[in-house]
Amino acid sequence: MAAPRVIPCLDVDAGRVVKGIRFQGLRDAGDPVIQAELYQKQGGDEIVILDVSATPEGRGHAVETTASVREVLAIPLTVGGGVRSTANAQALLEAGADKVAVNSAAVDRPELIAEIADRFGSQCTVLAIDAARTGDDGWEVVVNGGRTRTGLDVEEWVRTAVGLGAGEILLTSWDRDGTRSGYDLELLTAVTGAVGVPVIASGGADNAQHLVEAIEAGATAALIASILHDGITTVSTLKESLLSAGIGVRP
Amino acid sequence: MSVDVTIVPTGLANIASVVAAFRRLDVEPRFANDSDDIARADAVVMPGVGAFGAAMGRIDEVGWREPLAGRISAGRPTLAVCLGLQLLFEKSEESPGVHGLGAVPGAVTRLPGEVTVPQLGWNRVTPDERSRFVEPGWAYFANSYRVESVPDDWIGTTADYGGTLVSTVERGGVLACQFHPELSGEWGSALLQRWLDAAGRDS
Repeated sequence: MAAPRVIPCLDVDAGRVVKGIRFQGLRDAGDPVIQAELYQKQGGDEIVILDVSATPEGRGHAVETTASVREVLAIPLTVGGGVRSTANAQALLEAGADKVAVNSAAVDRPELIAEIADRFGSQCTVLAIDAARTGDDGWEVVVNGGRTRTGLDVEEWVRTAVGLGAGEILLTSWDRDGTRSGYDLELLTAVTGAVGVPVIASGGADNAQHLVEAIEAGATAALIASILHDGITTVSTLKESLLSAGIGVRP
Repeated sequence: MSVDVTIVPTGLANIASVVAAFRRLDVEPRFANDSDDIARADAVVMPGVGAFGAAMGRIDEVGWREPLAGRISAGRPTLAVCLGLQLLFEKSEESPGVHGLGAVPGAVTRLPGEVTVPQLGWNRVTPDERSRFVEPGWAYFANSYRVESVPDDWIGTTADYGGTLVSTVERGGVLACQFHPELSGEWGSALLQRWLDAAGRDS
């Protein structure tokens, strides 16, 4: 069977990493190429780059960043953040992304998912979702940096998206993100039960045990960011712990 | 010794990764335009992301079918990746009625419903000991369709995902990979280098 994946994520603003690892004596902690190379060397299974630029000018760097990272990267690269059209997606794929992620643009216009999947294939098309718990036993999609609660039910949304051609779901728990209290396992169980495509868990990881739990809840991959950026652990250390816990990651 | 590598653009995406991988091995690939480019090339790469039917449509539109099939039958250095591997076979459940190159006997079928589809991730590759190119290791797969068994007269390697799936088939200078060697880290890079080295000797 395919191994569960450990996926480091870089947030990039106008071509610079927002929170780069600062503990490794790196020449330039803000350079996405250097960060991506480091994660690759440590055993990262894929890299996700999310463009968090606030302005169109900032977002204009995304294609160049993708191309630069592609030169050094021999593992899969997913690029997301501000992808609003098939043209955006095409530019990123041509620059070297293996997959593109869409988020709020797909909420605005779900047909975008089908347009990208029909043109480039489902395996290139990732739906990123920020999910926040609603009062009762469910989750709704939030967009706009968490400021807008859409009322759109997450389980329904993933079913719709997969029906339109999304080949993978990047599922971030809005409530857990940054808290280091573990992934939202109920959210993961609900979404992995709803669709048959791979689901990447995101938001809340603090240690290897959290990754074990997410994988046991059905995630085929775990996205990690701040625990790497803050120097709390490394991909290699996490993978060693996972292997000791009986999770068959790629060594 | 540098090998002339020509890429056949059968799919829409994925070419950037393949080009980057060859550049890291000091090879600057070029792109095929017409069927003569394919027949003349020292080494040909068939990348592939996209649908079986669309890719065969493109191949027939430009007239690449004969030269590609010819290279495969003659065992001339050819690397087929992902969809590229599937195109070598006779047909695929993905696009009923479409004829593949038919250079390798057999059919492509969809992964079963019991597993997560597409397969997106690293899986172990277990080579036949007669393989010229493949060492045991981990490769990155991104596929919803696969070939279930290695045909007679071809040497193959397999992986396990919802049953046995063919990860490579090879004969002479032809190497077809269901996984993406250009996305399979150092293991994949070493595989590409071995294929290049053989292509340099064979052509």
